[in-house]
Amino acid sequence: MSVNTQLHKDTPLLEVKNLETAFSIDGQYYNAVDKVSFSVKPRQIVGIVGESGCGKSVMSLSIMKLLPKGIGKIKSGSIQFEGVHLEQMSDKEINSIRGKEIAMIFQEPMTSLNPVFSIGFQIQEVLFNHMKISKKEARLKSIALLKSVGISRPEKIIDEYPHQLSGGMRQRVMIAIAIACQPKLLIADEPTTALDVTVQAQILELLKDIQKVNDMSVILITHDLGVVAEMCDEVIVMYAGKVVEKTDVDTLFHDPKHPYTKLLMGAIPRMDEDVEVLSSIKGIVPSLKNMPKVGCKFAARCPQAMPECTSITPLLAETDEGHEVSCLLYPSSRPREGVQA
Amino acid sequence: MLQYTIRRLIGMIPIIFLISVVVFSLAKLMPGDALSGKIDPLNSDPAYIEEMREKMGLNDPIHVQYIRWMSGVVKGDFGDSFVHKREVMELVGDRLPNTIILGVSALLITYCLAFLMGRFSGRYAYSIGDYLISGFNYLALAIPSFVAALVAIYIFSINLGWVPATGSIGSGVEPGTFEYFISKAKHTILPALVLGSLATASYTQFLRNDMIESSRKDYVRTARAKGTKESTIYNKHILRNSIIPIVTLLGFDIASIFGGAIITETIFTYPGIGYLFVESVNARDYSVMMAIAMMLTVLTLIGNLIADLLYGLVDPRIRLS
Repeated sequence: MSVNTQLHKDTPLLEVKNLETAFSIDGQYYNAVDKVSFSVKPRQIVGIVGESGCGKSVMSLSIMKLLPKGIGKIKSGSIQFEGVHLEQMSDKEINSIRGKEIAMIFQEPMTSLNPVFSIGFQIQEVLFNHMKISKKEARLKSIALLKSVGISRPEKIIDEYPHQLSGGMRQRVMIAIAIACQPKLLIADEPTTALDVTVQAQILELLKDIQKVNDMSVILITHDLGVVAEMCDEVIVMYAGKVVEKTDVDTLFHDPKHPYTKLLMGAIPRMDEDVEVLSSIKGIVPSLKNMPKVGCKFAARCPQAMPECTSITPLLAETDEGHEVSCLLYPSSRPREGVQA
Repeated sequence: MLQYTIRRLIGMIPIIFLISVVVFSLAKLMPGDALSGKIDPLNSDPAYIEEMREKMGLNDPIHVQYIRWMSGVVKGDFGDSFVHKREVMELVGDRLPNTIILGVSALLITYCLAFLMGRFSGRYAYSIGDYLISGFNYLALAIPSFVAALVAIYIFSINLGWVPATGSIGSGVEPGTFEYFISKAKHTILPALVLGSLATASYTQFLRNDMIESSRKDYVRTARAKGTKESTIYNKHILRNSIIPIVTLLGFDIASIFGGAIITETIFTYPGIGYLFVESVNARDYSVMMAIAMMLTVLTLIGNLIADLLYGLVDPRIRLS
């Protein structure tokens, strides 16, 4: 491997730095994503894990600037894609990125397709948005795309409407739309949550294949650690809008450091154990309005909480090589004197 | 679809029958008949009036009268008008073209205005333009048509003299000529504008609210994620969904096209169905009144059917069977 490609391999495709995304509630803005930093390298699958309401979806929408208008906004931080600052782009400018360089699939395949347009129209639209292509070519390409995501009889399906398709098929169509322009990055926001278990496995398998064939990077957002173990290279654990732990997938499963991650691991039911009650983490994620301003946001639910956890805000810092944790149990997370976290 | 249509048409028969009973009973419940008021009782011999009643069958038992009327209706014969001394069908046929011209132009004005305003308001909701449009709509909704009609006549006919105030055609113009066409248009435009622009409120707000709701749907986010232009998102993805409830309203408007506008036609003395209806109620010209009521009934039923058929046409999720 030459030096050049080595360098290219390590330069991140996407680099998010200190991202703060805020949502307006009763006229006031609250941070749903609070100073999050991470990067995605070419051909990497990065998993983002966390409970509902931890800000993982909001973060993925921030990258594409798809936040609901007038309600959510990027307050500060930067999102660089191949060195270009996405957060500074106008809607018009980012339209050349959306669907072409970065594509996205969503949680709800049942409602993510427009009910009054045919499948063919909805695939061809993204082709027409980004390519100079004739109607006939677009149709042939759509059929090929449908075939590549494992839809049989694509010539027939192309003229059908979303309501005629099952959930799994609709998600396949969404994937076909997403990969139509061969994007470099695919953001999959809980792509299998709304599907039943057998279909889930098929869709994950398909995503994995497509990632390999298309040489894409993938950000996989999920609350399912099983999916993470199956799919991801790197994992980011989020809690209440903050990254609490960040490492590669093997380290995370063998040596979880943050109490929250440990509890998440403990909550996975095991086949070889016979338990009456599945373990759970007590309490819920605090709402945006009631979020503690100082200290660790997980302190209220943490079994290992210490008195200082509510007064000192832990830093996300490396404990070991390539393993970042944000918890006062680890000396590296303690802010140095005079430095405000 | 054809099978569905035929089934629906057959289903209408009992409804039409029931309504005919209601229409007939209501007409009979009204005080007086065609002979009362028309003939001065001081001049005419009451015995003669009674004899006429007997002759016209007005003294027969009510069910006999109903069956006589209904057997004519089934054959398309609604009898004669007492006042106009002509066949009812002929009379209605004379007035119908005027009413259709007025109704269609008013409806076109309503739909065009409502479509433009609703689309703007839906896309730029809560903007100044949106508030101005809502203001106009609620004002139009609040103004009674007779006030608007009188103001319009005062301004455009009397003060400015642009268009005639009454009638549906100028005197002495030959049918079929260009002047005839211009004269028709001049007579129609003012009542059509009054009718059309006062009715925009519901359509506009319908479209506006549906567009706001649709714009929050997941498929809009998908379209954005594909890099689709904002204007295309609104004009294609959202509008195509929001137009569905509006298109189905068209079916219900069909009856109103033929039914005419009673108040507006009366003020403009525009010889249409609405004006004829008022005239015949005042003159107790029952046969005409009942004929119009029956016609509107059937048209409303057909309008409903058309609304359902249109629904199946614009919404791929609905397949009629």
